[in-house]
Amino acid sequence: MHAIAHLATLTPLAVAAALQAEPATAEAASGVLGQQIVTGLSNGMIIALIAIGYTMVYGIIELINFAHGDLCTLGAFFALMLVGALGMEAWSGVAGMAGVVLLLAGAAAFCALFNWSIDRVVYRPLRSAPKLTLLVSAIGCSFVLVNLALFWGGLPMEVFGGGVAAAAPKDFPAMVPDSSLLPDAWDSWVSAEAFLRSSPSWNDPSVWWLTWAPRVALAVLVKSRELNFTTSDLLVWCVTLPLMVALTGLVRCTRLGKAMRAVAQNPTAASLMGIDVDRVIGAAFLIGGALGGFASVIYALYNNTISFQMGYRTGMDAFTAAVLGGIGSMPGAVVGGLLIGVARAISDGYIEARWTNSVVFAILIATLVFRPSGLLGAKLRDKV
Amino acid sequence: MKNRTLPLLASLALASVALAQTGTLKIVSSLPRTGSANAQTTSMVNGIKMAIDEVGGQIDGMKIEYEDMDDASPQRGNWDPAVEAQNANRAVRDESVIGYIGTYNSGASKISMPILNKAGLVMISPGNTYPGLTKPGMGEANEPRIYRPSGKINYFRVVPTDDLQGRVAAEWAKELGCTSVYLLDDRELYGKGIADVFEKRAKELGLRVLGREGIDPKASNYKALANKIKASGADLVYYGGTTQTNAGQIAKDLRSAGVTSKYMVPDGCFEEAFILAAGAENLEGRTFITFGGLPANQLQGRGAKFREAYIARYRVEPEAYALYGYEAGRVLLDAVKRAKAKTREGVLEAVRSTRDFEGALGTWSFDENGDTTSRIMSGQSVEGGKFKFVKVLGQ
Repeated sequence: MHAIAHLATLTPLAVAAALQAEPATAEAASGVLGQQIVTGLSNGMIIALIAIGYTMVYGIIELINFAHGDLCTLGAFFALMLVGALGMEAWSGVAGMAGVVLLLAGAAAFCALFNWSIDRVVYRPLRSAPKLTLLVSAIGCSFVLVNLALFWGGLPMEVFGGGVAAAAPKDFPAMVPDSSLLPDAWDSWVSAEAFLRSSPSWNDPSVWWLTWAPRVALAVLVKSRELNFTTSDLLVWCVTLPLMVALTGLVRCTRLGKAMRAVAQNPTAASLMGIDVDRVIGAAFLIGGALGGFASVIYALYNNTISFQMGYRTGMDAFTAAVLGGIGSMPGAVVGGLLIGVARAISDGYIEARWTNSVVFAILIATLVFRPSGLLGAKLRDKV
Repeated sequence: MKNRTLPLLASLALASVALAQTGTLKIVSSLPRTGSANAQTTSMVNGIKMAIDEVGGQIDGMKIEYEDMDDASPQRGNWDPAVEAQNANRAVRDESVIGYIGTYNSGASKISMPILNKAGLVMISPGNTYPGLTKPGMGEANEPRIYRPSGKINYFRVVPTDDLQGRVAAEWAKELGCTSVYLLDDRELYGKGIADVFEKRAKELGLRVLGREGIDPKASNYKALANKIKASGADLVYYGGTTQTNAGQIAKDLRSAGVTSKYMVPDGCFEEAFILAAGAENLEGRTFITFGGLPANQLQGRGAKFREAYIARYRVEPEAYALYGYEAGRVLLDAVKRAKAKTREGVLEAVRSTRDFEGALGTWSFDENGDTTSRIMSGQSVEGGKFKFVKVLGQ
């Protein structure tokens, strides 16, 4: 009770301070943490989306599909080619939104088919081979895809800078504006604040219990006004969250999902029950590839740069996320991805950028020491 | 086994000696030809070829041969230490090679300098700007001694070094009205080196340094860092890095995080690829690029003639470093012409004694460390999606 009373006397002060401070100084500095978390979550969602691709394939055939990150690179190149071929850079408004949907659908279809073909051509003939053979072929696939992207970037198209420098980072047009959304939302709260201030109970300390909740809400809003939550952040969240929910639904509630879980548990028994194992595995590659395709477009629209090495690097982060969350576990991949995204942002913001990779791997090591199977992983089996 | 390889080696050695005697002198260059520096290095190679063609491809009846070696690998998309070492060793083994033009990246020269030094082969860099390669006391304590195991100097460069460029960059920042600066570097030899010099000079000039970070040049974005920079309120962000180490992505993330400060980068970003990677709208009116030399369209005299000939031959504007490729080629060929004995030692001696050379950037000499005495630097901005010459710096 005493604590609450204490809080009540503090909050008006905090609100007053926050409202009066120069935007560039005190308020901005305290707003940085929230900003870093927003940035970290957005980055983390992209990582998580790719991590699901790793973890899904691993869950079913115990293969770390190293080519998955590079598949995303190809997805991004495909998207950029679509942008160039259809002249999407000039699309705006509704057409721009339709363009984004088209890119998402196009890249997802492309990556799904490509991933399925990789499985069909490379991994399927090796189904009964030792796990290490499969792993080495995955690394080989990764190299092939990187070089394919290098070749692709050298095509003489305007969006690739005329193809003069194949390996140069490519600018991906900002089809989703980077403008902040929150100041607009804030404006509608200004009138609410004026209304509150004019009410007699606001300035009457004896009825603090009536006003402390609005005061806290107001303080949070003042802080959030400083946040730079942009349309591209919104895009990342709006594409990623429903995809994760849909995927969980698919695995939990559909026949295909049931078949996948069965194959993951025991392929032989599953095939004895009449499940077409190859088809189920093919479906996993199809879905994982589609997610990779979505991730590649989100990545491209969020960062506005793609390069032939982007997938390798982001793939590393995603793979780390999958291991951190417990490889084979889809919720684990999501948690791992978000955790790594936020940890990176916090480390960049409060430690130093050059320590960021060390921080991420320190978290990974610390987690694996205490939970060898990852945060949400199943019990440990012999794995590659 | 022994019996078989020995005669083979002997005959190979004989063959190469014979080759040298029949009057072929070979020049090689080692530049990153795979990767995003490709546009830059292509124009440097063009410059070298033009220098060779100017002397008619022969000196005193001896044919000048040229080989364009690549020191990059597709995996790295940038120079690769293993490939650079391989190139240097190949050049040393080939007896007809009398000059090694390279490298573009200072880090690469660290690898090849000791190899070529032991062989007494002259090396002229058209692109290295890291001071420690030649100047005692400017880099690590054991630099440049570790690059000269034979104790003699065989490495020369035709570009002014970063201790000059970082200095004039800080001075320019002050001139532009900046009072506080946030420093970033890519943790590579070149980028970190030039940022160090900038930091030192900036402090001398009374600019407040609000932060200094080494970034991960392969990260997908720098939004978190940009948030931090925004909160710091710095009015200039200086990045010691190159297009290949993501200078373009930084420009994007600064703008999208709402950082309104100016953005200054060194000559590693003075190439079209930088504007392409960053997107012109992210650079427009806020980006400043320093360069150890003059952009091609500002050249006078011999330099202007070079630009004319280059455009006539290749139908494009030369990139910033084309001139230095040309200059490196010319000064090497000039030394070959002056050398009494057309051997590695003779040519090395002749290069070392280069004084008052009539270069494309005016008259210059090699000093006792092997550096050019040329001091011309320039500052550029980005306008209308193109580099725009602003002024001559440091004079």
